[in-house]
Amino acid sequence: MSTLLEVTGLTKRYPGVVANDNISLTVNAGEVVALLGENGAGKSTLLKAVFGLIKPDSGEIKISGTPIIFGDTAGIISRGVGMVHQHFQLVPVMTVAENIILGDEPKRGIFINQKSAHDEIVALSKRYGLEVDPNAVIEDLPVGMQQRVEILKALRKDVKLLILDEPTAVLTPQEIDELLQVIRNLAKSGVGIVLITHKLHEVMEVADRVVVLRGGKLVGTTSPKETDEAGLAQMMVGRSVVLQVNRTEAKRGAVVLEVKGLQVCDDRKIMSVKGVDFSLYKGEILGIAGVEGNGQRELVEAICGMRHREAGEVLINGVATKDLHPHAVHEAGISHIPEDREKHGLVSNYSIADNLVLNQFDQAPFAQGWVRNIAEINKNAISLVEKFDIRTPSAFNTAGSLSGGNKQKVVVARELSEELPVLVAAQPTRGVDVGSIEFIHNQLISARDGGAAVLLVSAELDEILSLSDRIAVMSDGKIVAVVESKDADRNYIGRLMAGLDK
Amino acid sequence: MNLLTKRNSYFLLVALVTAFFYSRDASITTSVYATGTAFALPLALAAMVGIMCERTGIVNIGIEGTMLMSAFVAFFVAYITQNILIGLAAAIATGSLMGFLLALMAVSWRMDQIIAGTILNILATGLTSFLYVQGKTIPSVFSAFEVPLLSKIPFFGPVLFIHGALTFLGLAIILALYVAIYHTSWGLRSRAVGEHPSSADTAGVSVVRLRYINVTIAGAIGAIAGAYLSLELVGSFERGFVAGKGFTALALMIFGRWNPLGALAAALFFGLAQAYANQLMIDQVVNIPSQFTSILPYVMTIVVLAISAGKVRAPAAEGQPYEKGQS
Amino acid sequence: MSDTKIVTKEVEKSTKSFDVGSWLIPIVAVLVAMSLAAILIKLQGSNPITAYKSLFKTAFGSVEGLGITLGKSTPLVLSGLAVAVGLRAGLFNIGAQGQLLSGSLAAAWAGVTFDGLPGFIHIPVALIIGAFFGSIVAGISGLLKAYRGVHEVITTIMLNSIVMGVADYLASHSLREPDQFLTRTSEIAPSAKLPILGSLPLGFFIAVILAVLIWWILGRTTSGFRIETVGRNRHAAWYAGISVKRTVVSAMLVSGAIAGLGGAIETLGVTYRYAPAFNLGLGFDGITIALLGRVHPIGIIPGAILIGGMRAGAANMQFDSGVAPELVDLLMALILLLVTAPLITRFFKNSSNKTITSGWSN
Repeated sequence: MSTLLEVTGLTKRYPGVVANDNISLTVNAGEVVALLGENGAGKSTLLKAVFGLIKPDSGEIKISGTPIIFGDTAGIISRGVGMVHQHFQLVPVMTVAENIILGDEPKRGIFINQKSAHDEIVALSKRYGLEVDPNAVIEDLPVGMQQRVEILKALRKDVKLLILDEPTAVLTPQEIDELLQVIRNLAKSGVGIVLITHKLHEVMEVADRVVVLRGGKLVGTTSPKETDEAGLAQMMVGRSVVLQVNRTEAKRGAVVLEVKGLQVCDDRKIMSVKGVDFSLYKGEILGIAGVEGNGQRELVEAICGMRHREAGEVLINGVATKDLHPHAVHEAGISHIPEDREKHGLVSNYSIADNLVLNQFDQAPFAQGWVRNIAEINKNAISLVEKFDIRTPSAFNTAGSLSGGNKQKVVVARELSEELPVLVAAQPTRGVDVGSIEFIHNQLISARDGGAAVLLVSAELDEILSLSDRIAVMSDGKIVAVVESKDADRNYIGRLMAGLDK
Repeated sequence: MNLLTKRNSYFLLVALVTAFFYSRDASITTSVYATGTAFALPLALAAMVGIMCERTGIVNIGIEGTMLMSAFVAFFVAYITQNILIGLAAAIATGSLMGFLLALMAVSWRMDQIIAGTILNILATGLTSFLYVQGKTIPSVFSAFEVPLLSKIPFFGPVLFIHGALTFLGLAIILALYVAIYHTSWGLRSRAVGEHPSSADTAGVSVVRLRYINVTIAGAIGAIAGAYLSLELVGSFERGFVAGKGFTALALMIFGRWNPLGALAAALFFGLAQAYANQLMIDQVVNIPSQFTSILPYVMTIVVLAISAGKVRAPAAEGQPYEKGQS
Repeated sequence: MSDTKIVTKEVEKSTKSFDVGSWLIPIVAVLVAMSLAAILIKLQGSNPITAYKSLFKTAFGSVEGLGITLGKSTPLVLSGLAVAVGLRAGLFNIGAQGQLLSGSLAAAWAGVTFDGLPGFIHIPVALIIGAFFGSIVAGISGLLKAYRGVHEVITTIMLNSIVMGVADYLASHSLREPDQFLTRTSEIAPSAKLPILGSLPLGFFIAVILAVLIWWILGRTTSGFRIETVGRNRHAAWYAGISVKRTVVSAMLVSGAIAGLGGAIETLGVTYRYAPAFNLGLGFDGITIALLGRVHPIGIIPGAILIGGMRAGAANMQFDSGVAPELVDLLMALILLLVTAPLITRFFKNSSNKTITSGWSN
């Protein structure tokens, strides 16, 4: 049995976080290795390194015994490594055929041999049982069909090692079964397969070995013979850094925020929030748990007025909010810590002081009519920097000079300082150092204690468990369960998140 | 098959109008159309420059400067060497250099591409006005010659087949570019790079190398457009005689939806409009002040943009510097 | 009390760390550009030292010279300011020339038509009319950008030529000086002429005051904040409740008004009438000066004076050393090239807008 892929001691750091921490694994021909882990566990980074798209800080990657060279993606591909990406690497405006042949086009002289391309694709799709129309344009195709094209792209090149990154996230149950069969057939024919997923039952169905990543580290290897889905779930969401927050019982008040029948589409115009209802009460933290990509981002954006609502309402204290008007929604009483702080939350080359008044710049006391009150803005800055422990030599340095954690603190400081009835925090501690995480958690608790209604959306289950009074689990665009936190069982929630127990 | 598509009905309209005028006065109509083609050519070639660059994801605002510098070099090298072919060669070298400079600024230095292009324009204006010397002449121009047999066809003959060498070269380039973009590997890869560079990257195509190559070659094409002005159409060089063609070309590119033949059609329309306006002035049929005919192309450019800009779809990745590892 | 003490100390701290390094870049750029140009001058057979000496002696060597320098610097300050205001909003206004011209013609008309008004009313009226027409021209580009997504680079340049054509027509027909064959308007009434203080033109001081005013507006008012925010991060601006479309149009209107004012001052203070001059470069000058001054309203002024001085001394330079006055244009082009590469990456490094100028087709 030949070793197709050998990763030794792979480490890769980004500012503030270790994405891969000394990872080692092997994949042999004819083997299906499942790479299991939550989002942020380090799977994408590992893949990008294998494909030569990013350069590791240390460690070695060998394909069929020979080390790879960073940047030489073409070389890696020619050695028989194929990848089916989670975010499709397809050109939306080109056809299926054009996308598949890109980089290795059949030619007749200097021209592309369109007929040969067509025939090749038809033959390929028959061989693997993946029907596609070579002349269809990618952006017109449904997502499942687009994925077939991704797979065919990889299969075309006499692939020896095939990597599939979350392939079933967008497929229907039948399509999933078909895909699993394809995987089995490929393995039987000698191809080595790496299956990256968080869906436990698929792992049990096809994997020969399972490798579990968590927080950038490799926490264990096992196989379906040695364990079951519950065991896998435990390995996946097990205790990492213990962040215990001291919190008292919630003093729940009246309903402040109501979401009714909300339906929202994602950027690809596909429905990703498929009818969500819930209520949020004064003085509580409602945590929405779920693996990323199940509609949470679109849900938050719709509530905060940043994304169009296809159907449904959002009510604050009984009054419906405006669609697609973030400032009006803010005025109606929602503070928002946005998921993408660089895009929506901060202006990097503004001073911290200016960022702290970004969405109140034309209101008293920060402006009197047309003229801004710089003295008040500065006073506010000094006081908030101290109160929220923002680590910076000066409150007037640019926000861009801050570390990720401190940038987030600026956003948190701004949003909390207004003391609005509702606070929506989306992935509030992503990319944030441990000390700041603790601080932000305490801020959320004290906001709750001060009477705010807090909606916390996070892919970090530990965060949800330690902060929330109630927990709602979101899966496939719907809320599948709402439990009181004292009744919440970690493994049960983990399984719900991972798509089981529906 | 729907024969009366929008495009077909445009052609039909143009054909009818042309036939109408031809029946009124054959020789004037023919000469107007022939002149129109001559006016259209530099615009069309300049639009090709824009298309080549933008299809690969680079916005090229510096076409005007490239044409200006190339026209200048073509003329003065031709004067110094008394040989227009050497002048042409020097111009092409100049244009390629400018293209390369744009690629350097846009791809490697990741500068804002609009500013990078403007720098090219300002450099060209500065250099040409400083080095300009009055009163020089060149030994000859690329004068019109007749294609045997084909030039005898009534109307189409003089319009399409009696032109200077650079015109034919230009038309050949346009056709070649059309075929290349849609039917060769290079075209497929270039388009992928301009629409979704990471897909190209993961398929093993070098985004950086392709961008450099395409922008440099585009510069050479821009040089031919400029050389055409000084060595064929006008036969001399005056400061400012590019007169905004490099910018109009961008509007034509957008209007033609980044398709070489579409841009050519738009350029022909422009050239024709100008030739027609000139004819009206000569005939004094309508008393339009000369200033208004001279601003006609500029007004048309704005109108064309206002109509089409919001509705067309540019190559998705244009204007954005590419970084490996982004998806 | 203690609060205010801390505040002032903090603010001092941040202004003192006054990034000396990045202000060196423009100075170095000018010096290197001059050296490069010196090489070209040498190649042409002239003496660079004589050339530069006479260039600067005329400009800065005497009070009259200084007066001419400041006079030539005034439209430069204003077109640089116009471009800077646009850039702050993420817009590339290359149309300063056309906007300036329209202001120039409008002011000439006002200077002739409103004869009879006392000076202290006539002058402001003419200036305002000039600014108004400048803003209309720029406003066209602004509207097309905000509501049709048409990039302002093309429309402003096209409008430059359109304005030139229209102005030329008006100056040779309806607004022409009677009984004259030349294309020009009549001389403006004495009441409209800008006074000169000693040898120094009032217009320059108006420009400086305007620059300070713009600096204040950008830094201290809500409108300025809107412009700056849209320029740096459109998404955050939208999120903060700023109407990006309205801000884009306003910025262009202001930018055009400034350029129009520049043209008006030219007419009322220097030429006293409108006559078409083949002044190709002025629109582009604005960009160089804006970038040389690091897009800062006050920083623009030294650069404008330098270039204005060079323009003032160019004729004498040609006389003394035989070097063509177009050297100044070449120098400006070189300066621009040298100043932009390092500048761009620094100034806008943390911008969330991926490009400085917003969306080619966004």
